[in-house]
Amino acid sequence: MAGDFFFYTDQMTVGYDGKPLIRKIKIELNRGEILTLIGPNGAGKSTILKSITGQLCLIDGKACLDGQQMGKMSGKELSKRLAVLLTERMKTELMTCEDVVATGRYPYTGNLGILGWEDREKVESAMKLVHAWDLKDRDFTAISDGQRQRILLARAICQEPELIVLDEPTSFLDVKHKLEFLSILKNMVREKKLTVIMSLHELDLAQKISDQVICVKGEWIWKSGTPEEIFTQDSICRLYDITAGSYNAAFGCAELAAPQGEPQIFVIGGGGSGLMVYRKLQRQGIPFATGVLHKNDVDYQAAIHLASRVISEESFEPISQFAYEQALQQMSRCSQVICCLDTFGTMNERNRKLLEEARRMGKLREKL
Amino acid sequence: MNQSREEKPEKGEAARASLGEIKTKGRGRRYGAAFGILLLILLLLIVWNINSGSVDLSPEEIFQIIFGRGRDETSNSIVWQIRLPRILSAVILGGALSVSGFLLQTFFHNPIAGPFVLGISSGAKMVVALVMIFLLSRGLTANSWILVAAAFFGSMISMGFVLIISKKVDKMSVLVISGIMISYICSAVTDFVVTFANDSDIVNLHNWSMGSFSGASWSNVAVMAIIVLPVTLLVFLMSKPLGAYQLGETYAQNLGVNIHLFRIALILLSSILSASVTAFAGPVSFVGIAVPYLMKNALKTSKPILVVPACFLGGAVFCLFCDLLARTVFAPTELSIGSVTAVFGAPIVILIMIRRRKTL
Repeated sequence: MAGDFFFYTDQMTVGYDGKPLIRKIKIELNRGEILTLIGPNGAGKSTILKSITGQLCLIDGKACLDGQQMGKMSGKELSKRLAVLLTERMKTELMTCEDVVATGRYPYTGNLGILGWEDREKVESAMKLVHAWDLKDRDFTAISDGQRQRILLARAICQEPELIVLDEPTSFLDVKHKLEFLSILKNMVREKKLTVIMSLHELDLAQKISDQVICVKGEWIWKSGTPEEIFTQDSICRLYDITAGSYNAAFGCAELAAPQGEPQIFVIGGGGSGLMVYRKLQRQGIPFATGVLHKNDVDYQAAIHLASRVISEESFEPISQFAYEQALQQMSRCSQVICCLDTFGTMNERNRKLLEEARRMGKLREKL
Repeated sequence: MNQSREEKPEKGEAARASLGEIKTKGRGRRYGAAFGILLLILLLLIVWNINSGSVDLSPEEIFQIIFGRGRDETSNSIVWQIRLPRILSAVILGGALSVSGFLLQTFFHNPIAGPFVLGISSGAKMVVALVMIFLLSRGLTANSWILVAAAFFGSMISMGFVLIISKKVDKMSVLVISGIMISYICSAVTDFVVTFANDSDIVNLHNWSMGSFSGASWSNVAVMAIIVLPVTLLVFLMSKPLGAYQLGETYAQNLGVNIHLFRIALILLSSILSASVTAFAGPVSFVGIAVPYLMKNALKTSKPILVVPACFLGGAVFCLFCDLLARTVFAPTELSIGSVTAVFGAPIVILIMIRRRKTL
C-alpha cells in the first residue's frame, strides 16, 4: 500500500500556471532512501522538485509526507520536516557562514528569532558535520562554490528535516568537491535516516548514490527504478537521445563516438592493458580493430564502444582456433599492429601466436 | 614525525576556534558601541538643536525651561512651541524614513531602493498637493489625518507602478530609473497644480513641497507619533520573517514564511511610514538609502533585529543633523531639508553603486 511509504506521490501532475508539464508522477520512498531525478535539460526536473517543496502548486494528485498531505500542512509545520537546497543563489549581505547556517534554526526559534544555546550547539555540530566549522566567521559571499554548497547543506541539516530536496547540488563543483559533498550527504542519510530527493546531472554519481532513480523526459515519467535497472546503455542513450557517442554502462560514463571506417590498426589487448591505447587511437580518430578479448575482460567493455571491430571469446574459455583465425584475417588487413601485452597465459595463449605472426609480417609497431 | 604532523592542524584549529570566540564577543561589543554612540549623538544633537537659532539660549536656561522652571515667557515658548516640536518631528520622521527605506530594500533585494528614488515620495506629494489645494479652495484647512491618508494613497499609486515594472524587469538599475521617471511625472503634475493655485495658498504649499520640518505643532507631532511609533514597533517585531526574506523568497518560504501576506505587509508598512513623512515634511531625499547602508556597515550585519532599531536611531540623527544645518548655515534664510540630505545622502548612493558595480 502506498500509505506505508514515508514519502509518496499519487497521480501527481506538475506544471506552471495551471498548465500541466509532467503528468501522473509516482514516487514511493522509505526513510533513509535517496531518489535521484535524471534527464535532459529542460525536461522538468526542477519543476517536480519545486512542486514537492510547495513552491509550485500541484495541478493534480497529491504528495504525502509521513501520511499527511503536504499541501495541507502549515508553512511552519512543513518547515520542520522539509529543507531545501536550491540552484537559486542565496542572497546575503554582511552575513557570516555561521549566520547563514543559523537561518536553518528559524522554525525553532521564538518570535524574534533569537538563537538559544541549544540552537548554537546545533549550528556548530552541523557545521562540523560538513567540515566547515573553520569557515564560520568568513563572509558567505567570499567563499568558494564547494564551500558554499557545504554551508548550505549544514544549514539544511540544522533545520532538522526528515526530507531534503536538492536541486543539482553538485553542478558547479569540481570533482573533489562533488565527491566530498555527496559522501557527506550519504553519511547523513545513513546516520539520521533522512530521505533525499534530488536532481543530478552526473550520471556516474547518480548511479552510485541513489537507491531509486526517476528518468524525467516529456509528459510522463519516462522510466523509474533502481540504478541497476536505469543505467543500461539502451535506457540512457534513449533518455538523452544520444546519437553522437554512447553510454558505457559498465564504466557508468559517456563515450565519444568510435572512429568510422575500415580498421587501420590491430590492437592485441586484454586485462585492461588496451584501455589507454584504445582511447588514444579514438582521440586521434584512427579506426582500429582489437582482439582477442574475453567477454568478461575490462578491455572488452571499452572496446565495444571504441573499436570498429572486436574479436572476442566467451568468458573463461581458452581462445578458440576460430577466434584466432578471425583475428589473423583482420590483422592481415591492417597496416600496423600494436601489442599491449607483455605476458600471456593459458587462456590467451593464441594471442602470443598473433603477436608472433605480426612480427613475422613486419607490422608490429612499438607501443604508442 | 607523523604524530607531530597530526598535532599541528589540531593546534591550528584550537587557535582558530579561540579567534572565533573573540570575534563573537567582538560582535556584541560592536553592537553595544554602535547603539551607545548613536544615542549619545542623538542626545547631543537634541541639545544643540534646542540651543541654536535666532535666539541664543544657554544650556542652563534650556535645562530650566525643559524642566518647567523657565522664567522668560518668550524663551519658554520658543523652546516649547517651536524648537521642541520641530526636533521631535525630525526625530520621528527621520526614523520613519530610514526604516521605510530598509523595508523597500529588503522587498526589492536592492540596496538603492528607497521611497524617494522609487518615486513613492513624489506620488505622495502629488496627491497631498491636490488634496490641499482642493480643500484650501473651499476655505477648509486640511487636518493631519487627511494629509497622511492622501499621502498614503499617493504612495500606493507610485508603488503600484513600481511593482508592475519590477515584475517585468528584474534589474536594479532599471527599477531605479523607472522610479525616477515616475517621480518626474508626479512632480510635473504637482508643479502644474501649484502654478494654477491661488496666490495665498502657494506660500504655504511651496514651503511644504520643498521639504521642511518647520511649522510642526504638538498636534502634528502627536499624529506622527501615533502612526510611526507603532508601525516601527511592528516592523521590529517582524525582524524574524524579514531576516528570512532577505535570503530570497524560496528560502523564506521553505522556512515557513507566508510570502504572499508578508510581501503585502512590507508594501503597506513601508508606504505608511514614507507617507507620514511626506504628509508632514514634504519630500526628503536619500535618507532612506543612506542611513540603512551606513547602519549595516557600522554594525557589520544585516540582521533586521539590529538594523531596524539602528535605522530608526540613525535616521533620527541624520535628519536632526541636516535640519540643524538647514536652519543655521544661512540663517535667517532656511534651506529645504531635501537639499541638505541630498548633499550627504547622494554621495553615499553613488558609493553603494560603485561598491556593488559587479552585481548591477
